[in-house]
Amino acid sequence: MTARDIALIILQLTVLVTGLITVVLSLTWLERKALGRLQRRMGPMVVGPHGLLQPAADALKLLVKEDLVPALADKLLFWLAPMVVFVPSFVVWVTIPLAGEVVVRNMDLGLFFIVAFSVLAIVGMVMAGWGSANKYAILGGLRAAAQLISYEIPIIMAVIAVIMLPQSMNLVTIVDDQRTIPYAVLQPLGLAIFLLAGVAEVGRTPFDIYFAESEVMGGPFIEYSGAHWAVFFLSEYINTFTIAVLVVLLFLGGWSFPLMPESAWLGFLWVVVKAYLVVFVIFWFRGTFPRLRIDQLMSVGWKILIPLSFVNFGLTAFYKFYELPWWALTVSSLAITVAAGYGLYRRWTWPARATAEERLARARAYRRAEVTDAG
Amino acid sequence: MTSLVLFYLAGALALGGAVGVVGTRNVVHAALFLLVSLMGVAGIFLLVFAEFLALVQVLLYGGAIIIVVLFALMLTRLQDFGGSMENRQWPIAALAALGLFFVIAFALARSRGSEETERLGPGVQELGRSLFTQWAIPFEVASVLLLVALIGAIVIARAGGRE
Repeated sequence: MTARDIALIILQLTVLVTGLITVVLSLTWLERKALGRLQRRMGPMVVGPHGLLQPAADALKLLVKEDLVPALADKLLFWLAPMVVFVPSFVVWVTIPLAGEVVVRNMDLGLFFIVAFSVLAIVGMVMAGWGSANKYAILGGLRAAAQLISYEIPIIMAVIAVIMLPQSMNLVTIVDDQRTIPYAVLQPLGLAIFLLAGVAEVGRTPFDIYFAESEVMGGPFIEYSGAHWAVFFLSEYINTFTIAVLVVLLFLGGWSFPLMPESAWLGFLWVVVKAYLVVFVIFWFRGTFPRLRIDQLMSVGWKILIPLSFVNFGLTAFYKFYELPWWALTVSSLAITVAAGYGLYRRWTWPARATAEERLARARAYRRAEVTDAG
Repeated sequence: MTSLVLFYLAGALALGGAVGVVGTRNVVHAALFLLVSLMGVAGIFLLVFAEFLALVQVLLYGGAIIIVVLFALMLTRLQDFGGSMENRQWPIAALAALGLFFVIAFALARSRGSEETERLGPGVQELGRSLFTQWAIPFEVASVLLLVALIGAIVIARAGGRE
């Protein structure tokens, strides 16, 4: 390794950090604007034209804010936790390609690398929760551990179903294989699972159970302020963008687009545009759905997403093994997605359709079952 | 040269973490030291070109096992562990540790050492193929074992809930 290589690596990492921080600043502005529009307000308007300088003002405020440490906190864990959360969210970007050659290191095990390292952030959440010496923080840390390891399973299963198609874990190969048909067409079910579980994995509404303000008041982050809180905030937004980019690379065809000339810059632009569209969908979720209760969160994960992810996996295996035509996978996957979505819709909107007597009868039956089960 | 420095770094992490696990009196710190040690081992895997094993180490130990351990520890109170640092099983533990040491020392002494590390192990595809053809039965036995453990845990948890 020569000095030139080292300089190149440092340059690449600097570009990566700068790019990611720019993305985070733009995302905070976009989120507030999008939410504002969804709620018939204007969003930030005061600082700069259309509030464009608001993120800069917020960042400055966070950096000069006093950094408080609770007297009873486990100092070491309290200081380390933001780093343990931030480092994985940054490290996975080493292998995420934004166009054919625009990547720090393209690895053959790239996708597995991303999955493996993103899991490490959970340890940081638990460290923050335990180290803060605060009951809400401990509750939040426990919730984070339970939620994040539960939703890790559907994500991994969806990723496995994806890597079965090109038989590679190399992200560049995966995108190149989608040149004719993006995997969103082949596996609509996989896309739905990955997006939902991904939103849960970064803890955004409606899955923000572990730092729900109205329940645990910020959860593991309750005692953090100033720059340390900013690090958590930064990694949350980087993770959101990572999930969006992964959706683009794994399902939406990445930098390939039909009827467009191939070029690195155009491809890069495509990935970024698509990723921002996916991020907008995630913000849209936040503006539309109320937060789940923790038991609802767990049952969505274990009773719906995990079984569906196994179905997705099985379908893909059948398709690969018997070398079926591609539309067979599309039709079956789409049918299951629609059926599952409609079933869930009917179930969740049941209270709106039912009469008062029906609701009362169900509540009574539920209570009785609980009593007999305990006795 | 670089790889030698990295090897000593990873080794120091693995050893230092392991010493931390047995040295600290705080169980949560011990769990986190265990994570440091396991990550050191992952680094060593990486240095001998076993990328897949290294990533499995990060995913399974960092992602799953340590978090489950921490989860269990956080459900208990720290003062409950005051007396758990010493117990009467230490001679057995010492014997087991010594036995393991001799096994590893014997294996190392018999291995043909080479000056340079080179890629010898299989890639992911060969690993998967041999796991599901040549080693299919041990693989299935291991998964049945895990299933038994899972069912056992559920049965114990349910029995505890009834009382």
